[in-house]
Amino acid sequence: MKFKSQILGAFLASALATTAFSSVQAAEDTIKVGVLHSLSGTMAISETTLKDAMLMLIEEQNKKGGLLGKKLEAVVVDPASDWPLFAEKARELISVDKVAAVFGCWTSSSRKSVLPVFEELNSILFYPVQYEGEESSRNIFYTGAAPNQQAIPAVDYLMNTEGVERFVLEGTDYVYPRTTNKILEAYLIAKGIPKEDILINYTPFGFSDWQTEVAKIKEFGSAGKKTAVVSTINGDANVPFYKELGNKGIKATDIPVVAFSVGEEELAGLDTKPLVGHLAAWNYFQSVDAPANAEFIKQWHAFTKNDKRVTNDPMEAAYIGFNAWVKAVEAAGTTETDAVLDTIIGTSVPNLSGGYSTVMPNHHITKPVLIGEIQADGQFEIVQQTPQVVGDEWSDFLPDSKDLISDWRKPMSCGNFNVATGKCGGKGS
Amino acid sequence: MPIPSVQTPSGRRNLYPHAWHDVFPVNARLPKPTEQEELMYRAIQTFVVALCLLAGCLATGLRAEENIRPLVDALGATAFPQKIEAVKALAVSGDPKVGDILQNLSDGKLYAPKTGGAVYLEGPSGGTYLDVLTGAAVAEVPGNLAKIRLNNGLRGAIGTALSQLMLLSPDRAARLAASRDLLKDANPDNLDLLNSALAQEKDAEIKATMEAARAVILLKTEASAEDKKAAIDTIAARGNRDALTILTAAMNNAPDDLKPSIQTHINAIERSLAAWDVAQNVWYGLSLGSVLLLAGIGLAITFGVMGIINMAHGEMVMLGAYTTYVVQQTIAAVAPGMADFSLAFAVPAAFLFTGLVGVCIERSVIRWLYGRPLETLLATWGISLILQQAIRTIFGPTNRQVDNPSWMSGVFEAGGLAITYNRMWIIVFSLGVFVALLLLLKRSKFGLQMRAVTQNRRMASSMGIRTPWVDALTFGLGSGIAGMAGVALSQIDNVSPNLGQNYIIDSFMVVVFGGVGNLWGTLVGALTLGIANKFLEPYAGAVLGKILILVFIILFIQRRPRGLFALKGRAVEQ
Repeated sequence: MKFKSQILGAFLASALATTAFSSVQAAEDTIKVGVLHSLSGTMAISETTLKDAMLMLIEEQNKKGGLLGKKLEAVVVDPASDWPLFAEKARELISVDKVAAVFGCWTSSSRKSVLPVFEELNSILFYPVQYEGEESSRNIFYTGAAPNQQAIPAVDYLMNTEGVERFVLEGTDYVYPRTTNKILEAYLIAKGIPKEDILINYTPFGFSDWQTEVAKIKEFGSAGKKTAVVSTINGDANVPFYKELGNKGIKATDIPVVAFSVGEEELAGLDTKPLVGHLAAWNYFQSVDAPANAEFIKQWHAFTKNDKRVTNDPMEAAYIGFNAWVKAVEAAGTTETDAVLDTIIGTSVPNLSGGYSTVMPNHHITKPVLIGEIQADGQFEIVQQTPQVVGDEWSDFLPDSKDLISDWRKPMSCGNFNVATGKCGGKGS
Repeated sequence: MPIPSVQTPSGRRNLYPHAWHDVFPVNARLPKPTEQEELMYRAIQTFVVALCLLAGCLATGLRAEENIRPLVDALGATAFPQKIEAVKALAVSGDPKVGDILQNLSDGKLYAPKTGGAVYLEGPSGGTYLDVLTGAAVAEVPGNLAKIRLNNGLRGAIGTALSQLMLLSPDRAARLAASRDLLKDANPDNLDLLNSALAQEKDAEIKATMEAARAVILLKTEASAEDKKAAIDTIAARGNRDALTILTAAMNNAPDDLKPSIQTHINAIERSLAAWDVAQNVWYGLSLGSVLLLAGIGLAITFGVMGIINMAHGEMVMLGAYTTYVVQQTIAAVAPGMADFSLAFAVPAAFLFTGLVGVCIERSVIRWLYGRPLETLLATWGISLILQQAIRTIFGPTNRQVDNPSWMSGVFEAGGLAITYNRMWIIVFSLGVFVALLLLLKRSKFGLQMRAVTQNRRMASSMGIRTPWVDALTFGLGSGIAGMAGVALSQIDNVSPNLGQNYIIDSFMVVVFGGVGNLWGTLVGALTLGIANKFLEPYAGAVLGKILILVFIILFIQRRPRGLFALKGRAVEQ
């Protein structure tokens, strides 16, 4: 009995030692990268794809020999579409798992929830989704589109190419559509569109009965002027909205709808034949004709073992963010936050639309704006591509923010410098 | 043409020294030879002229083919405005091939170099190209060919051009569509075309559309005041929203003496539209109510009759929707011809599958928790999360595409009402489910046992009813009905793992408002909430409208805690 327990004790001790040893070994050999995307709950529909994309990018980097001679290791956590849980999981990634950088978040609510954590623990977040702007943090890089990289060029396209004179700004009732529509309204009025030709309307999350709203759009569109809908409707509510449009027979040649949250993924659940010609504005479409994109799609299909999986704009934003981080770490020779924050500004990496994206001092990036029309096969036909646009964090069209700029280079290092008063309004947002 | 049959050499006069003479010899014995000859001459002349014309046409046709080649190649230009000009020029060229060319362009079968240049037609096999005009294979093509891109402007121009060509088509549907397009486009250049089409059109509906189109065009041109006045009356007679749009637009640049007349028409149309708007809102309300009814009626069984707070009810709806997806995929793979009837298979499949899941849940979880509402709530909430994540793991987190069958797509107008087919069928379906359920409960043996068990369990048990199995089947029935609701909802909503969550609150709202344990209450409750919601929405907006409805229900429950139709009797007092 005694002998037995001794053996058992020895065995346990050695097992423990091995585990401890191997974990030390792992910590030295790999660089950990946090992936903070919801894999369950309402946002899983969009965020799961980004998690897969991050895993693919990390795998590809490891095939190229890793980073600073070490392998990259993804630490995937599931914040379950719960905004406070995002902050907890972010804290866990930074303090427990000691990740070098985090790639994650989708909704603005989740970003706002983790922002204080990243500033407090001084880590880096790459945020890959288009957002409403009006924010700048020392620790966050916004690789998705700011309003001037998506909304404003889209409205310009409607006015110049489609000759639209009347606008319906239709959105889901939360912070991104409300801020974007505020900016758009100010922009349209500055462009000489009278206020009575702008109709702003909001619907709740997950709205599914669009009969009245679509009838209202049709009525607003029957005033004898070319009308268009600018849609900031959130993911889930889009399918019933487009189904109702299709059934009511509102064609893109009558009242075109330009959407900022509808990409290839969202169209995958829809019969797009009645929707041909409706528009979307992004910085990337799967149909982009560029060698880098073809290579990316090939990798994606191989990684997911499914050649029907589509790629979308936030994936490109994640791609740019990840490659910029890799390049900055290589330049700094370390993954230490302050060093990477210095080297990453000005870093240029190829994007998927055949050009280069540069990380600007305001932690936004440069990229072209693409306008695409929905095709019968669920893809987009690119009908316009602008030159590179620099992301503008503080909108020039809102009275509160038009004098603010952000520049995180030393010695200014300020997220909201007021050019009128010459003072920095404070740290972060 | 009188052709002489007898040949007399004596009377033969060599009037026409050519081959015709031998074929059609002239008979001198006829009473009026000169006149006969005259006729003959005319006949031949006409024939020759016709022949020449035909040849001429062929020649010009051949020439046109080469004439339109620059226009066709202009379709390969890089800028959209140039392509639009080329389409417009092709439409008026009158070449018979234009229809096919434009159709190919619209179908994305035409290719041109990315930098602009000659246009080719996609060949039958990949990588081969044909000449657009002759259809002959082209051996050497530039290397950088890409599909010619369309945008809305170009698509519109192609549509209008094709309409012009289709306006004289023998196919009624094509003519109707073409005349509607012309009404929308109302380009003064088409006036002559419309006039000639109107002259030979017999169908009343098409004729009315064409006349409206002609009227709209007249308003844009320098027609006389009387013509314009007549045109305004023609448009106003249509009385719909499109007419209002046209008149409002015409108002801006009408001569002053016509303005009062236009204004009167506008006011009249607006008045009639306002009346129709009320009817339309009732319809929208019925439609929303029928969706609420479908979502809530299963819960009226599980929660209303059995008293189980079933938080997994929404997931039963979701399972029903996914069953529809699976059935549709299977039918598309096995018998593509049956695709339009896939819903007929999906309804029983969804009922059986979700009913089975319901029975399993009742037997494995809920039966241990009878009489403990809080634990039931937590347990079913847990089940709902498990089901959601299971579906997410099996089918992936993204939406699945469930197609509307052709008989559920589109819209028709009844008076001033625009009724979409999918909404109409959902109303019919939900009422059908309601009636079937009512009959089952009131007329069948199972319904009798079910009512007996819920009203007095011990007495029912003493009478020999196997109460546990009645419980299981009742829960299965409620779940099965939720599954059928899922089939209907897959036609108007996302098929995603989150589908059920959107309906669980609404379902409870309907059941509680209508009165727990009463099917009629569920029906009236659902329709009332639907109509109230749709009447609030235009004034208060969708967000505030929903809040107002919730506030109303809270107040209502304060006054009548048992809902609209409260059950009375001893069973309730227990």
